[in-house]
Amino acid sequence: MISFSHVSKRYPGGHQALQDVSFSIDAGELVFVTGHSGAGKSTLLKLLVAIERPTSGSVIVNGQNVGALNRRAVPFMRRSFGLVFQDHKLLFDRNVFDNVALPLQIAGFPGKDAARRVRAALDKVGLLKFEAAMPITLSGGEQQRLCMARAIVHRPAILLADEPTGNLDTEYALEIGELIRSFNQVGVTAIIATHDQSLLAQLAPRVISLRQGVLESGAAA
Amino acid sequence: MRAWLAAHAGGFSAALKRLSITPLGSALNALVIGIALSLPVGLYLLVSNLQAASQQLTAAPQISAFMALDASRAEIAQIEVRLKQTPRITAFRLVPREQALAEFKKSSGLNDVIEGLPQNPLPDAFVIDAADASPEALEALRDEIRQWPRVAHVQLDAQWARRLDAGLRLARLVAAILGTLLGVALVAVTFNTIRLQVLTRREEIEVIKLIGATDAFIQRPFLYFGALQGLAGGAVAWGIVSAGAYLANRSLGELSHVYAALLQLNNLTPGDSLVLLLTATALGWLGAWISVSRHLALIEPYIHKSL
Repeated sequence: MISFSHVSKRYPGGHQALQDVSFSIDAGELVFVTGHSGAGKSTLLKLLVAIERPTSGSVIVNGQNVGALNRRAVPFMRRSFGLVFQDHKLLFDRNVFDNVALPLQIAGFPGKDAARRVRAALDKVGLLKFEAAMPITLSGGEQQRLCMARAIVHRPAILLADEPTGNLDTEYALEIGELIRSFNQVGVTAIIATHDQSLLAQLAPRVISLRQGVLESGAAA
Repeated sequence: MRAWLAAHAGGFSAALKRLSITPLGSALNALVIGIALSLPVGLYLLVSNLQAASQQLTAAPQISAFMALDASRAEIAQIEVRLKQTPRITAFRLVPREQALAEFKKSSGLNDVIEGLPQNPLPDAFVIDAADASPEALEALRDEIRQWPRVAHVQLDAQWARRLDAGLRLARLVAAILGTLLGVALVAVTFNTIRLQVLTRREEIEVIKLIGATDAFIQRPFLYFGALQGLAGGAVAWGIVSAGAYLANRSLGELSHVYAALLQLNNLTPGDSLVLLLTATALGWLGAWISVSRHLALIEPYIHKSL
C-alpha cells in the first residue's frame, strides 16, 4: 500500500533530513515510526501527504507516485489519509460537530449522510454529547479525540498520526492508543510517528526506526 | 450537479457568516464602496438628464431678433415684410414688448419690481424658424438679419444648448474616467479586505488544505465575500443616488412653478440600476479573486512546527 524506495530529502540550505530510505507497508498494518527529534520522522510524514517532495527516490501510496503528483491532484490524494496532529489543529471558530464534518464538506458529501457519519465518529471517540460544544471548552485529551474523530469520519484507508500522545497524560494517552488499535482492527492502515514508549508497549506494533535521516531498523515486516 | 450546487451553497453561506461576524466592518466597507461609486453614478445621472433635455432644445433651433427699444410700428412692419420675403425662413412670430412684459411678470414673480419700473425695458422681438437647421446656415442667417435696420440684437437660441451639449460630453468623459478610477478603487478595497481575511484565516486554510481541500473549495467563500461586499456597495451607491435624485426633484418642483416648465430629474432606469449592481458585484469578485489566488499560493501546510 505504501512504499518508499531509496528516498532522500535534502532541504534548501543543505540539511539532509532523509537519506536513501526504503521500506514498504502493507494494507492493514500498524506501524510506528520512531527516532529522536530531528531523525526525520516529520519529513517522512510530509513526504507521504505531499507537503514536501523527495529530492530523489519515489514515494508510492495506493499505486500513485506522490512525489511526482500534479498540484491539482494533491488534494484528492490527501483524502485517502486521516490525519492526527500533536497540536490537534482544530478550528476554534466552529463547534465540535462542524469540526468533524469538515472532511465530508470538503469531499462534497451530501448533508444527511454526513450528519449520520459525523455522529457515528463522535460516538466512536466518546464525544457525542459534546457535539454542540466549542472545541476550546474541551480538555486536551478530548481535543485529541476530536481530532481523531475528524481524521476517521471520511473512512480513510490510512490513519497518519504525528505524536498523537505528545501532550497528554498517561490516562488520555491510553485512550488514544485504544482508539488507534480499534481503527486498525477494522482494517485501517495506521502509521504513527512517536517516541512514546508506553504507547509502543501498549500496541506492540511493527517499528520503523530512524536515526539522523537513515533507516536504522524495520525495513521489512 | 447537486454536489456542485451544494459546494456553492456552502461557500455562499460561509461568506454570509463571515460578513455577519463583523457587522460594523462589513457595513463600513459597503459604505466606503457605495460612496465612492455614487460619485460617478450621480454624475452620469445628471449628465444623461441634461443631455436628454438639451437634445429636446436643440431639436428646434430658433433665432431671436430683438428690435431697438425706440423702433416704431412702421419699422417693425418693414422687418416683418423682409422676413416674409426671405425664403430661408419658414415661420416667424412677433412678440410685442407689452406681451413680453406680461409674460415676464407672470413667470418671474417679480411683479412688484416690474410695476415700479418707469417704462417697459423689453424690446419687440421676432422668434424665427429657419428652414435649414445646420449651425452654418443659422449663423449665416443670423449675420444677415443683424444687418437689417433697427435690429438691435440677434441671437441663436440653440447656441447655448450646443455649448451645453459640448460641456456635457466633457462631463460624460469625466464621469467615465471617475467611474474607471473608482472601479479600480473598489477592486483595491476588496483586495485588501480579502488579504486581511486570508491572513487571519491562515491556520484554518492550512488545516483544510491538509485535509484535502481543493483550491476552489478554499477560494469559494472569499470570492462570494468579495462579490457580496461589492453588491452591498453597489446597493449603497444606488441608495445615495436615488435619495439625491429625490431631494433634487423636490427642489426642482418649486423651480418648475417659477419657470412654468416641468423640470424633473429622472432616476436611474431599472436597466441602469441592474448594470450598477452587476458591475459592483463583478468588481468585488475580481478584487477577491486577485487577492485570494495571490495569497493562497503563499500558504502551504505543515505538520509539525519544528521542521
